[in-house]
Amino acid sequence: MLDRTNTKALSATPVSGHNLKIERSGRLLLGVEQIVFGGDAVTAILGPNGAGKSMLIKTLAGLQKPDRGDVSWNGSTPSRDGYRKVGMLLQHPVLFRRSAIANVIYALKQAGQGTRDAQALAHEALDQAGLSAIADTSARLLSGGEKQRLAMARALALKPEILFLDEPTASLDPASTLRIEEMIGAAAKVGTIIVLVTHDMAQARRLSERVLLMHRGRIIEAGRTADFFDRPNTPEARAFAAGEILL
Amino acid sequence: MQSFADAFGEAFRLIASFDADLRAIVFLSLQVSLSAVIVAAIIGLPLGAFLAVSRFPGRTAIVVAITALMGLPPVVVGLIVYLLLSNSGALGPLQLLYTPTAMIIAQSLLITPIIAALARQTIEDLNDEYHQQMTLFGLTSGQRLVTLLWEGRFSLMTALLAGFGRAIAEVGAVIIVGGNINHVTRVMTTTIALETAKGNLALALGLGIILVSIAIAVNSLVFALRGTAERAAYA
Repeated sequence: MLDRTNTKALSATPVSGHNLKIERSGRLLLGVEQIVFGGDAVTAILGPNGAGKSMLIKTLAGLQKPDRGDVSWNGSTPSRDGYRKVGMLLQHPVLFRRSAIANVIYALKQAGQGTRDAQALAHEALDQAGLSAIADTSARLLSGGEKQRLAMARALALKPEILFLDEPTASLDPASTLRIEEMIGAAAKVGTIIVLVTHDMAQARRLSERVLLMHRGRIIEAGRTADFFDRPNTPEARAFAAGEILL
Repeated sequence: MQSFADAFGEAFRLIASFDADLRAIVFLSLQVSLSAVIVAAIIGLPLGAFLAVSRFPGRTAIVVAITALMGLPPVVVGLIVYLLLSNSGALGPLQLLYTPTAMIIAQSLLITPIIAALARQTIEDLNDEYHQQMTLFGLTSGQRLVTLLWEGRFSLMTALLAGFGRAIAEVGAVIIVGGNINHVTRVMTTTIALETAKGNLALALGLGIILVSIAIAVNSLVFALRGTAERAAYA
């Protein structure tokens, strides 16, 4: 099983970024001095489109190289070996041209599981996601909600220490959203650190302990979720929390 | 010279009787061209996939060169292989000239660029979609290639089909390195060329009809496979 992911020596958390900067043609896309994810169970990152939310989590997950600054996974530079422990659900998750169960088995085998263990763990993962009935259906034939749950089940099957989620419920109906939120809650309960990019303020309130508000590449406010919504500090946060459109 | 109507009639009689000579010619054609497709696939698919996912100085030049070689004239390939295999050539001691093996080598050279170039395009598109997810899975470059080739398997069949179509239909390369020797290296296209020159239109037409039928049959088979795959939504 994935015992070695739990050993202290190979731990990937806390995940932190220091002086991160990404610019494209003179425009600042990301400018974050210091960010650490380690303590809180669920952190929500809010902000308008183009605020740099996705870029921040992709940078921390090791998918995007910053122009300047460093990303650290428990003090070391991100390495491929650690990707299993630093999980990420992409905004448009890629499901392979195989059955639903084969998608999960593939990921588990890639992470070093033997065939037998991978099959057992994959069935367990689909079970928990409520997807057992469609285990043998081609992943490409699933509905939008099922696809997202499968991608989530696949990410969780790898037992990440930290999981970055890029708008996981952006185009889902309320029922599918609820299923995803339940999966997020269950993962957080067993100690997975969740970093959730979302446009849904109600979702941030429901799920998170901490909120970051990003605007034009920078983190302009960070705080406990209750404080953020009740007593926002910056004018932008006040406007955002009041439901106004931030430009 | 026979009239066209007579030639057609004779052609269909030949096909219907499917005599031993005709069978041998058709069989050798398929054997040579299918072998060439297998060799070209073993070289061309990984090469195309590698060019699709890697970035190094000179890559664009190689991609342009391979794409240009898709239109390689068969007679030029035949000439090059002839020079290599002739007694004074680098591979002369192998004594392969005027054998089916020489024909397979020539056709493989002819269609490897086609398969590599089409595979590169397919895999490059697929890689755009997959690369972040594969990075998250921590795949090595080799594992990425294997994954992409498998994920693109149905689209890549079209590339193999294009290669087969080119190989089975060409005459210039096999006639130079095979020599069109009766019962040894005579294939459908070379026989058609020879029999037409001799004025024996019936045999030429009969072989032409079989050649076109094989092309249609192979295409239909691949389309049927793709259709099945798409219904199961694996493609």
